Amino acid sequence: MLKKPVYMDNHATTRVDSRVLDAMLPYFTEKYGNAASRNHSFGWEAEEAVDRSRNQIAALIGAKSKEIIFTSGATESDNLAIKGVVEFYKDKGSHVISCVTEHKAVLDSCRALERAGKATVTYLPVDKYGMVDPDAVRRAITDKTVLITIMWANNEIGTIHPIAEIGRIAKEKGIIFHSDAVQAIGKVPVDFEKAGVDLASITAHKIYGPKGIGAIYVRSKGPRVRLTPMMDGGGHERGMRSGTLNVPGIVGLGAACEIAGMEMSEEARRLIQLRSQLQAGLFERLDEIYLNGHPTERLPGNLNVSFAYVEGESLLMGINDIAVSSGSACTSATLEPSYVIRALGIDDELAHSSIRFGLGRFNTLEEVDYVTDRVSKEVKRLREMSPLYEMAKEGIDLKSVNWKS
Amino acid sequence: MAYSEKVIEHYSNPRNVGSFPKDEPNVGTGVVGAPECGDVMKLQLKISDNGVIEDARFKTFGCGSAIASSSYVTELVKGKHIDEAMTIKNTVIVKELNLPPVKIHCSVLAEDAIKAAIADWRKRKGDNGASGEQPHQSKEA
Repeated sequence: MLKKPVYMDNHATTRVDSRVLDAMLPYFTEKYGNAASRNHSFGWEAEEAVDRSRNQIAALIGAKSKEIIFTSGATESDNLAIKGVVEFYKDKGSHVISCVTEHKAVLDSCRALERAGKATVTYLPVDKYGMVDPDAVRRAITDKTVLITIMWANNEIGTIHPIAEIGRIAKEKGIIFHSDAVQAIGKVPVDFEKAGVDLASITAHKIYGPKGIGAIYVRSKGPRVRLTPMMDGGGHERGMRSGTLNVPGIVGLGAACEIAGMEMSEEARRLIQLRSQLQAGLFERLDEIYLNGHPTERLPGNLNVSFAYVEGESLLMGINDIAVSSGSACTSATLEPSYVIRALGIDDELAHSSIRFGLGRFNTLEEVDYVTDRVSKEVKRLREMSPLYEMAKEGIDLKSVNWKS
Repeated sequence: MAYSEKVIEHYSNPRNVGSFPKDEPNVGTGVVGAPECGDVMKLQLKISDNGVIEDARFKTFGCGSAIASSSYVTELVKGKHIDEAMTIKNTVIVKELNLPPVKIHCSVLAEDAIKAAIADWRKRKGDNGASGEQPHQSKEA
């Protein structure tokens, strides 16, 4: 029996895996020690758990356990990486290279540095699939460049950037390379050491762990990366992030990473199958729908499509027992649709019509069939109501119309 | 974002969806908005020779509030004389549908659609509409 509402928004967040929760629970009520308490068993127990978690995370991402610094989540990690590097290496330069489709936590950290006069930032464009060109990264490098920050995989369209190539360029030029790897970790194989990534942002809640806990990977050798901390305090986490460790959260992040490591290849295979079924079903039933993002270099669970002539928010309203998200920004004051979809160079109208399906560990084939059916019916209903669909069917080129807005 | 019950009701059961043939002389068509803004409304009014709105149809590309605003407007204008319809303010729509501030532009668009449809009808009638008000173009002429 299909349980509703159907959750298909796993890029936003994920359900905590019960195995993760089970691992965490004792650390609330029994093993509640402070990991920094060095002189009793409660503290030792907590520290042990934290060390175990560091090992579990490191094993998943090709890192050494001491390279894992715990934070409150990826937003903090992105802020710490970008602001921390620019501040620490200010005598070396102040130029940063990023990309237009980055997460707001990256873009706004960059903008804050620009406003403060601490850095100049180059925001590289992407191609029609949302991919950044490594050669463009190379060309953007100046003798003042101290940091390159490019996400591993995009949260809206799922496109996976050529990270290893960018890593090689960064190494060759001796520039620190940060990657927001939140969407990629646990979904596709990630190896920071091999990819030449020096800093990376990680969060638990995208990989079936709890919210409010994340980490930053900080390379310790070749080069040893330094950061100016954002918080002053007890000098936890090798001085990079003060604050009492969130032990239950850390245990959860570790457990989530371990499970992801064991199940990733099988899970990715299954998700690709579900996604293909969803994609094929929608494309079969509907005309004029378009895939956003890269056809192959994309996250296994991501499907982002534009249903032409139907506004995304109205579609979401019609499928209110299905949780997905839209690139339409009908609620925003600017009336501007998703900056990620717009960066692909597609028409704004199609950006308003985009829907992101985020498949995850707990989605089933039955749910995919239900969503396919429900979405196609609603798109058809809304198209019957759409003046644009009518005009298109009459053969009117919508671009030739002089819109009075 | 939570929608008001009335918006959901109009969205689920929109009134008067459809199109009249555009070239019918007693039909005025107003198309307002733009696809890149995420809202396009097409409102058509069937208007008698003495200026009474006898029937209305709409098609809307836009969010639920835009669909509901146009659906409501088709009900609101039916039976009204065009002079009265021209005075309909967007605030009436906001109030009826409990639109939140971010959705006020939907009601503005619906008000514009009424005016555009009536203007179109007047143009087709060759400025001989039953309304006492003279269209702008003849004043300027």
